[in-house]
This record gives sequence, C-alpha cells and structure tokens, in this order.
Amino acid sequence: MNNKYIFLDNASTTPIDQKVLNAMMPYLKDKYGNPSSLHRLGRINKSSIEKSRQEIAQYIGSETQEIFFTSGGTESDNLAIFGIARANKHKGKHIIVSCIEHKAILDSSKKLENEGFEVTYLDVDKNGIISLDQFRSSLRKDTILVSIMYANNEIGTIQPIKKISEILRENRDANPIFHCDACQATGVLPIKVKELGVDALTVSASKIYGPKGIGFLYINKKYSFEPIIYGGGQERSLRSGTENVAGIIGFAKAIQISEQKRISENVRLTKLRDYFILQIKKNIKDVVINGSLKNRLPNNLNVSIRGVEGESLVLLLDEKGVFCSTGSACSSIDLNPSHVLVKIGLPLELAHCSVRFTLGRHTRKSDIDHSVKLLVECVDKIRSITTIK
Amino acid sequence: MKNNTKKTCSPDGKNWAYSQIVKEHFFYPRNILFDETGYEADGVGMVGSPECGDVMHVWIKIDKKTNRIKECKWRTFGCASAIASVSMMSVMATENGGMDLKTAQTLKPQQIVERLGGLPERKFHCSVLGHEALRDAVIDYLKHANK
Repeated sequence: MNNKYIFLDNASTTPIDQKVLNAMMPYLKDKYGNPSSLHRLGRINKSSIEKSRQEIAQYIGSETQEIFFTSGGTESDNLAIFGIARANKHKGKHIIVSCIEHKAILDSSKKLENEGFEVTYLDVDKNGIISLDQFRSSLRKDTILVSIMYANNEIGTIQPIKKISEILRENRDANPIFHCDACQATGVLPIKVKELGVDALTVSASKIYGPKGIGFLYINKKYSFEPIIYGGGQERSLRSGTENVAGIIGFAKAIQISEQKRISENVRLTKLRDYFILQIKKNIKDVVINGSLKNRLPNNLNVSIRGVEGESLVLLLDEKGVFCSTGSACSSIDLNPSHVLVKIGLPLELAHCSVRFTLGRHTRKSDIDHSVKLLVECVDKIRSITTIK
Repeated sequence: MKNNTKKTCSPDGKNWAYSQIVKEHFFYPRNILFDETGYEADGVGMVGSPECGDVMHVWIKIDKKTNRIKECKWRTFGCASAIASVSMMSVMATENGGMDLKTAQTLKPQQIVERLGGLPERKFHCSVLGHEALRDAVIDYLKHANK
C-alpha cells in the first residue's frame, strides 16, 4: 500500500492519536503488571486504571464505580442487553429497541427472544428517527429494558435521547432501565449521563482515536446486572478478565483529547461534509442522500448513486487510495443489504448502490477535492458498464 | 462448492477476498458493449433484478457457417464478482473459434468460477449469472433463426 491514501471510513474506526499512543507505551513495555497482583508492579497499574476510570466517570458525569471496562462496543452492548435483561427478568420480560440499532444490540435481543423475552423493534421514519408516539405506546408494565442508540453508525442520524428519557420519567406504569449505545456519538455529542437521562451507556475507544479492544459500559449503581463473562472477579465481579491496562490508559487519554477538540471539530467537519455533498451533487447526477441531514453527525455522509453498485465502487476507490464503505448486500456476510437503509425505506435497488463516507480529524479540504475527482472517475467507469441507466 | 480462493495473509493489503484473475477481470473487464445502439445482435439475454443487486445483459453474434459464437458482449449492474464472472464468461464464449451453441446452453457456473480461480463461497450463487444470460441469448437466437 502506498502512503498516499485518504481514509473516509472514520465511523468504522479511527487512527490512534499519537498522544494516546505515547500515554499507552509504558504499559505496553515496562509497566506490564497485572492490576490484581499484590506486588508493586500490579499495585502501580491498579492505581493507574483507577485514575483513568475516575477521569472517564468525570467526563460522563457518573460515579467511578459505575464504569465497567470491556473489550469494546460490542461487548458493552451485549453486557447491557443480556446482563440487564437476565438480572431483571423477575420484573418483566419486555424489551424495546429501535430497528436500526447496531447488530450487537439487535442480535443480542433476538437471542433473548429464545430465552422467553419479548422484544419490540421500533420503526424509524425516512429520516432514520424513531417515533416518540410509537415509543410511548410500546411501553408496558413489564418493560424492563429500553435500548436506543444515540447516533447511527451507517447514516449518522441522532435519536432524541433526552425526550425518550423524559417519556420514561413521566410514565408511571413502566420503569425500564434505559440503555444507550453512544459509540458513534462519543467525541461529537455531549454524553453526560444525567443530562441525557440514561441509566446505561456504551462507549468504545476505537471510534475516538483511541486503541481498539477497549470500551466501557456505564450503568447506574441503583440497577443490578448479571455478568456475561466469569472468572477472576475483576470489575467488581461483573466483568472478569485481566484488565487491558494500556487500553484503559489510552481510552482515558482519547476521551480527554476528543472533548478538547469536540466543538471546533464539529464546526469544521459540518462545513467540510456539506462541501463534500455540494461537490458530489455538482459532479455526479442521480445521487440520493440517505437519512436526515438535520439530525446527523457532522462527519457522516451516506449516499446512493443510481446504477453504481456499492461493492464495485468501494473496490475501485480502494484501488485509487480512497477508503470508504457500503451498505450493499454484496459486501455483507449475510448477503442482505444494510438493515438501516432498508428500514428508512430506501428501495433495495438504491440500498445496493449506497456508499458511506465518514470524515475525521485528519480529513482536509484537499482530501475532499481529490476524493471527489476520483469518485467521479470511478462512477463514470461503473456507469459505462452498468445496465441501470 | 469448496472455497478455493487463495487467501494470503500479506501485510500490504493485497490479500483480496477475490483471486488475482477476478481482480483483473473486475478492473479490466473484457467485451463490454458500451452502447447497443446500432449493434445488430443475433441473440439477447437478460437476467437478474435491480432489487437483488445484479442485472446482466448479454448480446451475442453467431457465425452462421460454423454455428459458433462470434461475439459475446455484455453490460452488468453488480458487484465485483458479478462483473468478473460475466467478463470471464464472454471470454470463454468467444475463445478458440467460439463456443458451439450446445456447449453455450449447458455452460455451468462452476466452469466460470474455476476459470476465475475460485470465488468466496457466499458469492457463488448470487453473483455468477453469466451462464444464464448466455443461455437466454442462445435461446433467443434459436427462436428467431427457426422462424
């Protein structure tokens, strides 16, 4: 691979920040102690991860003991769904999730259906937003868990989390635990748990210029949940396994940097993304923007280019050094097009033609200009051989 | 169908899900008909649907003396393996003096996949449509020729 490439796939993961890596390095080398050890090497690391836990708790406005480190977003989501549902099944067996959740939520919920739980999948409108009325009417006395993502990973649309928690507070019949997957929103939107009104929150480091393989689940201490991993009793016996010390240190650093840059990056990326849209529309005909542009992450652009199959486009762009992703069936493991695009009502024909560009901290205007030029070339090539005009 | 795609663990990102031959046919597809206006095909075949993500058109010309395929042109809406497989099919149909019509009608997807050096298993059924389009084009030709 040559060095001249443009990474427009920042929703999949982000490059690690140099300062994050620097903070982690000692723990990958000399500070290798197991935090559970009695000796000094272990004790030093134990206090280091507790300091990081404190910083992270401060960042989301929670108590330190409400943060549980995991291996990432998927595990945190699994822990929230299985852990909360199983620990609260004596209160009820009804769960509400949105139909455009990440597969970590959807597939965990489907698995719970086999265990006798009942799951309501909330619809979304063409903008990719749930209906609060449908949410309200879906609540039941036996609803024990609600899980709605803060921002969608494919189309970047932002759900009305505060309004959902208001509805839950007003509702006297049901008293479910409200979990929110904030993997995509972290570093972009404020995630103070008290302000959002969420009881549980998933965050991953790999989307905020931190290391891969580390995430956390916040859960309000007044609620109980069951572990899904058993062993040495780490994380207050709720998530066993030797702590990913370097990961935790890097995570705290990544969160700190993201928060510093958050507001200015949002302004910059919104402008840059809107410029990108303008250039695409100016140079390519028959382009549809998927999802609302109003309630959307500033770095996300998801478009369908008629007659241009997504996998083909991603692979041609890859060859030219532009990295992005697609919701086309041909790129997925199950050979179905993106469930998110289908649920917002995009015709299948256009779902196959979807491509997602997600900008990041390192994206510059010159990258966008260059990408548009290459995108036009690739689209022209595919359109010259397509049967759909 | 065994997945006979050779996967290497090269650290330079050159380990594609697809074989080198698929890659060549995807980046440099053969026998495309960019514009069918004025192209006098002897037979036309069409398979797939936009909803499924693959639509393939095939145009053939027949050498009336030898009853073999003289030209096989195509256009496709589809993923990399769909494009590569129809491109390979068009090569197979026209090489060595052209395929005879009986062979063309009984061409198997496995034969195309073998020539491509394999395809990932999940790609096999959905994206290899070239043989169907070719068969339809031959049937279309025979229908008109027998009138």
